Amino acid sequence: MPTSASSTNHIVSVENLSFSRGTRKIFDDVSLNIPRGKVTAIMGPSGTGKTTLLKLIGGQLYPNAGRILVDGQNVHQLKTRELYNLRKRMGMLFQSGALLTDMNVYDNVAFPLREHTHLPESMIRTLVLMKLQAVGLRGAHQLMPNELSGGMARRVALARAIALDPMMIMYDEPFTGQDPISMGALVHLIKSLNTTLGLTSIIVSHDVHETAAIADYIYVLSEGRIVGQGTPQQLASSDSAWVQQFMNGDADGPVHFHYPARDYLDDLLTAK
Amino acid sequence: MLEFLELLGKTARGSFAKLGRATFFLMHVLAGIREVLPRPNLLNKQLYSVGVLSFLIIAISGLFVGMVLGLQGYYILSDFGADESLGLMVAASLVRELGPVVSALLFAGRAGSALTAEIGLMKATEQLSGMEMMAVDPINRIITPRFLAGLISTPLLAAIFSSIGVMGGHLVGVGMLGVDDGAFWAQMQNGIDFNEDIINGVIKSVVFGFVVSWIALFEGYDSVPTSEGVSRATTRTVVNSAFSILGLDFILTALMFGDI
Repeated sequence: MPTSASSTNHIVSVENLSFSRGTRKIFDDVSLNIPRGKVTAIMGPSGTGKTTLLKLIGGQLYPNAGRILVDGQNVHQLKTRELYNLRKRMGMLFQSGALLTDMNVYDNVAFPLREHTHLPESMIRTLVLMKLQAVGLRGAHQLMPNELSGGMARRVALARAIALDPMMIMYDEPFTGQDPISMGALVHLIKSLNTTLGLTSIIVSHDVHETAAIADYIYVLSEGRIVGQGTPQQLASSDSAWVQQFMNGDADGPVHFHYPARDYLDDLLTAK
Repeated sequence: MLEFLELLGKTARGSFAKLGRATFFLMHVLAGIREVLPRPNLLNKQLYSVGVLSFLIIAISGLFVGMVLGLQGYYILSDFGADESLGLMVAASLVRELGPVVSALLFAGRAGSALTAEIGLMKATEQLSGMEMMAVDPINRIITPRFLAGLISTPLLAAIFSSIGVMGGHLVGVGMLGVDDGAFWAQMQNGIDFNEDIINGVIKSVVFGFVVSWIALFEGYDSVPTSEGVSRATTRTVVNSAFSILGLDFILTALMFGDI
């Protein structure tokens, strides 16, 4: 239910966002839009606040300035109940999976259904098995989270994130620490779920190749600002030295290999 | 001097800020009760892990405390030829003081530390955050059932502690030291007043249960989500619980029995 004209094309609009932790500025006047129905990636080096951005969109953190509209609603002006209603339509996949460790896979996927709906158990069973089938883990429904590999845990978390049929899913570093096979499975899953379920996906990642393979549009963040944006092809041929360094993974460039320090020789030769 | 004042101010500000957070937390937990009551399953599970699993340590400690009371009491009372009052002495000290206090201390060590570690780890592994993003309030869903379970369990555990303690006292006093069986029970029956002793003891253990559960859950919820942070929070739970129990016990005793 879009409430303003701008929300028809953009499911999320971040407008002039500023956010700091202590004295450190994480975001400085950032604006970006997430188009509906597409896979949008937000990339950047570690520590640029990509996860923070997802938490801001999800209303878990409050910005110092600017506003964030999700489906036309200003996230940070909603009452708790309204925010919770909005969150039911947003799925989030945490880096760790964030599965509830005292329940098995089946109960984890059933958790949002049991909390938010009054469906009979037989219906919940059907839904859970369908979601698990979609991520290829229907056979693992009896396992406990500590019996799953990292890749499987993330797929279970994905099944849980789509349990309530959300309008969008936010992926926090979905590819980090995955072996090539699980990585391939996740890349395929994110893309195919987006198409088959008509979702909008936001991927936060620094894995250039995997992300570029499935993203429709990429924003590159660094030091609190957007330093590049465009389709993967546009970014690959970007003339910004910074974007080139990031996309190609060069060790040295505008981002220096060395942490700022005084002169090397000086440092070695001066006795303390 | 200036540095000292600065440090003092910083510490005081930190403590008050924490107290404020803890109070908001408690309000949120209490407000969650009406969400939990219609779902008794959530509570049952916690009553089991918080209460039932603490039973063994409470029962065994109660037995030994009662036995020691029987021994010590007998040696003192028999000097005055009052060894028939042993039952009264054992029961009064258990019901009024040792039952509520020692069982609350054991509860803090057994269940409180476990609660802090559990909540702290749930925070560290983003389970609480994940619940928030699934539009489930983690305080209502996770914290409140545990709080209620703690509140309900402590008076029951204290009652079990005292009863088993009395049996321990009987075992040593009557069974081993030869105090008269009838006198043991009769003196107890005469001397222990239901309102004055038993109800006051129950009030004490309800207060302790409230405070220990609050401290344990808040420390977990407020912990720094790292292994070191959780370990520190667990330590603080045990230490702060012990201080609170003993301090509050003095205040409550003064109010209930003292003429201060």
